Amino acid sequence: MKKLLKELFKGDKSAASRLISLVENDEEKGKSIMKELKPFLGRAHLVGITGAAGSGKSTLIHGLVGLLRKSGKKVGVIAIDPTSPLTGGALLGDRIRMQGHEKDKDVFIRSMAAREGVGGLSKAATRAASVLDAFGMEVVLIETTGVGQSETAVKDVVHTVVVVLTPGLGDDVQMMKAGLMEIGDIFVVNKGDLKNAETIAKELEDLAAMLPQREKKPPIIVTTATEEKGIERLLMAIMAQRTERMEIKALLK
Amino acid sequence: MNTKSRRFSKNKIRVLLAKAGLDGHDRGIKVIAMALRDAGMEVIYLGLRRTPEEIVNAALEEDVDCIGVSLLSGAHNVLYPEIASLMKKKGLADKPLIGGGIIPEEDMARLRKKGVAKFFTPGAKTEDIVRFIEGAVRKK
Repeated sequence: MKKLLKELFKGDKSAASRLISLVENDEEKGKSIMKELKPFLGRAHLVGITGAAGSGKSTLIHGLVGLLRKSGKKVGVIAIDPTSPLTGGALLGDRIRMQGHEKDKDVFIRSMAAREGVGGLSKAATRAASVLDAFGMEVVLIETTGVGQSETAVKDVVHTVVVVLTPGLGDDVQMMKAGLMEIGDIFVVNKGDLKNAETIAKELEDLAAMLPQREKKPPIIVTTATEEKGIERLLMAIMAQRTERMEIKALLK
Repeated sequence: MNTKSRRFSKNKIRVLLAKAGLDGHDRGIKVIAMALRDAGMEVIYLGLRRTPEEIVNAALEEDVDCIGVSLLSGAHNVLYPEIASLMKKKGLADKPLIGGGIIPEEDMARLRKKGVAKFFTPGAKTEDIVRFIEGAVRKK
C-alpha cells in the first residue's frame, strides 16, 4: 500500500486505479488509505452532476472535461451506474460518451457500480473522489446514477450540485416538488434543441427565485450537449459558484 | 460460486468490453455484456469503433480483470496484436484478452501466440464465456 501511495503521488495512473479498487472493495484497507491521504485532500473542486437516466449527464461531462483541459485544469470523473438488485451485476456505459482523452495523462475517468449505495451514489464514491483529489485532479466530476425525485445524497459530498433536466419530464408542479429540485446550485435544461426547452427554462427561472435558504437565485442554463452548446456557460457557472463559496467561507473566518 | 453468493461478494469481477476498428456489428457484444452482467460481473462497455489506445487506457483506469474485444471488420490481424502489445507496455499483460467475431482458424492460432487468451466465435455459449472469465480471473 505504501508503494501504491508513493506511485500515486508520482502521477502513476495504475496506482490511482488500484487504490480506487481497494477503497471500493476493502473496508479496512479503505480506511487506512483514507488516513494516509488525509493531509493531501481538499484541493479538488468536487462537482456533482445529477438528473434522470438519459438526460445527457455523461455527454455534458464529456464537454466539460474538454473545456477544463483547454484551460489547463486536471480533471477526474467518477461515473456511477446502477447495480442489479437481482444478480449484483452492472452494466457501466457512461464512458461511451467520454472518449477522446485516452492520450491525456491529466484526465482520469472511472466507472463505478452503485453496489449497496443509495441515493444515486456508490458508497465508495467519496473515497474514490478523494483518491483523485490526492492524485492532483483539480476538478472531480461525480456523475450519479440516473435519478428521479428523491435521490439527493450527492449534495452532501460535493461542493457544487448541477441538476440536469430535459423537456418532456412533466409540468411546473413536478418542478415544485421537494427533493431533487431543491438541491441544485445550478440547473441545466439539456436537449435545448427540443421543443419546450426554453419554456421549461423560463418556468424554472420563476421557481428558482422561490427556493428557500439561498443567498441568490441558482443559474439556469440551457444546453445542447451533443452539439456542445451552452457548455461554456455551464462551466463558468460552476467555477463562479465555487469562487463565491470560497469568498463566503473566507468572510466567515 | 452461485448467483446468490456472488451478489454479496465484495470483489466483483470487472470486465471491459469494446468493439475495435471500423465495424458496427454490436449485437453479439451486447448479448455478452448482458450475460456477464447477469452473472454478477461489472461490465464496462465502451461501444463502437474504439482504438487500441482507448481500450487499453480505459482498462488501466477501470482496473478491470479481463478485456473482451469484438471485431468483425477483418482487421483482427492488426488490431489484436496492437492491443496486446499496448497492454504489455502499460503493465496489463496479466489480464486475459478475449477475442470475438469472425476470425479464421489459422489467424486464431497466430493471434493466440501474440497474446489473445481465447476466442469466442459465432455459436459460442454465453455460459462458456462466463465460466472462462471466472476461471481465468480466479487463477490469478
